Amino acid sequence: MAQVLAPVVKTAAAFQRTTPWTIRIRRLVRSSRPYYTLLGIGLFFVSWYLLVDVFKVWRFRELPGLVPSIREWVSLYPVYGVSLFTTDYYAHIWASVYRVVCAFAIATLLGIAIGVLMGWSRIFRGLTFPILEMLRPIPVLAWIPLAILLLPGREAPIIGLTFLAAFFVTILNTLLGVRSIDEVYFRAARSLGFSEIAILFDIIIPGAMPYIFVGLQIAMGACWFSLVASEIVSGQAGLGYKVWETYYYVQYETMVIVMATLGLLGYLSSALVRIAGNRLMRWRTQLLAGV
Amino acid sequence: MNGAGRGGALSIRNAGKIYDPEGVHVVALEDVSFDTQPGEFCVVVGPSGCGKTTLLNSIAGFDRLTSGEIFLDGGVLARPGKPPLPGSDRMVVFQQGALFPWKTVLWNVTCGPIKQGKLGKKAAEGQARRLLARVGLTGIEDQYPGSLSGGMKRRVEIVRALMNDPKVLLLDEPFRALDALTKSVVQEFLLELFDEAPKTIFFITHDIEEAIFLGDTVVVMTTRPGRVLKMIAVDVDRPRDYRVLTSERFVQIEREVREAIHDEARKAFEAGERELA
Repeated sequence: MAQVLAPVVKTAAAFQRTTPWTIRIRRLVRSSRPYYTLLGIGLFFVSWYLLVDVFKVWRFRELPGLVPSIREWVSLYPVYGVSLFTTDYYAHIWASVYRVVCAFAIATLLGIAIGVLMGWSRIFRGLTFPILEMLRPIPVLAWIPLAILLLPGREAPIIGLTFLAAFFVTILNTLLGVRSIDEVYFRAARSLGFSEIAILFDIIIPGAMPYIFVGLQIAMGACWFSLVASEIVSGQAGLGYKVWETYYYVQYETMVIVMATLGLLGYLSSALVRIAGNRLMRWRTQLLAGV
Repeated sequence: MNGAGRGGALSIRNAGKIYDPEGVHVVALEDVSFDTQPGEFCVVVGPSGCGKTTLLNSIAGFDRLTSGEIFLDGGVLARPGKPPLPGSDRMVVFQQGALFPWKTVLWNVTCGPIKQGKLGKKAAEGQARRLLARVGLTGIEDQYPGSLSGGMKRRVEIVRALMNDPKVLLLDEPFRALDALTKSVVQEFLLELFDEAPKTIFFITHDIEEAIFLGDTVVVMTTRPGRVLKMIAVDVDRPRDYRVLTSERFVQIEREVREAIHDEARKAFEAGERELA
């Protein structure tokens, strides 16, 4: 019997080692995925260049061209004062990133706590769920006046609005995550003599983790969306503010630079959330990759 | 884990369970009575929907009875109105598996005695490694259950249950999802563990061969409402291995069980057809 089992045990032990980077990169280069990605990005920029810069197609000629925009972005002395080599650029990035980080952190902490409580306690769920469902559909834009009335200064309303969008998403996904945990795990835990606190920390929170991280990804997107909206209305700095300002002063190249920066930051922040999720849920990545 | 003389006498007295979800009475269990001796391997077979799992859940403390009582070594486990209370004296191995996928094998296996304060982390881990090795599982302690095969998961789950040194081990069709070869390997491991330290086992299956191969007693249940149709003692010597399956006595008992269960299976099938019509 030992002979029958030996190979099974051996293959299972192989999962334990994480794949080294060199092999991962080699695998990536061999697969077709990165080439399609590059092709997709290339096609996008080539179309932009042809439509705007070269052929000046109807309506498209109103847009800033690809070449002037990139030239402005990498210029040491940009025409409109914003490029990779100006402190102004980084001041706007920092203003926005700071707001998003604050808002996202508060939304994550409060959202997960409230979501877990709602999933855990039927009474708490009964008390809060209807209100959540009523407040959730109100668009962030509609909250802007209230936020300005309620919160002091210029910074707090923007962070507050950015927080709000992420907050509801996080609560809802955490709640769904808790409700998704199979009853059998609770039964097993009770048989094994877990206290209610142990059930909370060893069953409910890790069990809801996959849903929570899906929620956090969406929440991150929602953060950037409402950040820009509220910066346009009440900001003095930040990327959202800058988009509107450059439009106002007809600095279209800079407007494109700011938009691209928003896109990159959004992509980067989502990736960070995803990486954090994979780190925290090694049991799941092993499960998905271990085949 | 010295099994004998440490209790585990299960006594089921007129147990009944009526589900009444929408005013329609569904009698899942009716007047079920039988006893198991400490250290007896008791296997319950019956067609699907005969209330086997309901009975197991009542013993485990996940569900309540609507009539009758269940005792463990004289103490009441279940009676109508008594809130169900699970405990580490009755460990369950679930049909669909219930290893916590977000915890490592070692954590899963040691959590019971650690959470109950019965063993320190070191002692629990030592015992866990010994037991895992006993069932042919070494070097998987730091893995997550998701990367194990079905047969390995079942063994880990049995080890997790045994780590709590329960009075009764409850297994709800634990090998149902395994292929025939893996199943026979895991069955033999279970038998070896049982022979080393007999403890009361309450095992549910609808596989007749499995029932006789494993059990001291086979309890045949009727289709809904679930009642005890027949109790058959399996007087085949232990330790048993696959050669037992073709022995004369085994075949004789198998015929007896099949005859008992055949009409019930037919009734269950026809009842199913009627419900669909």
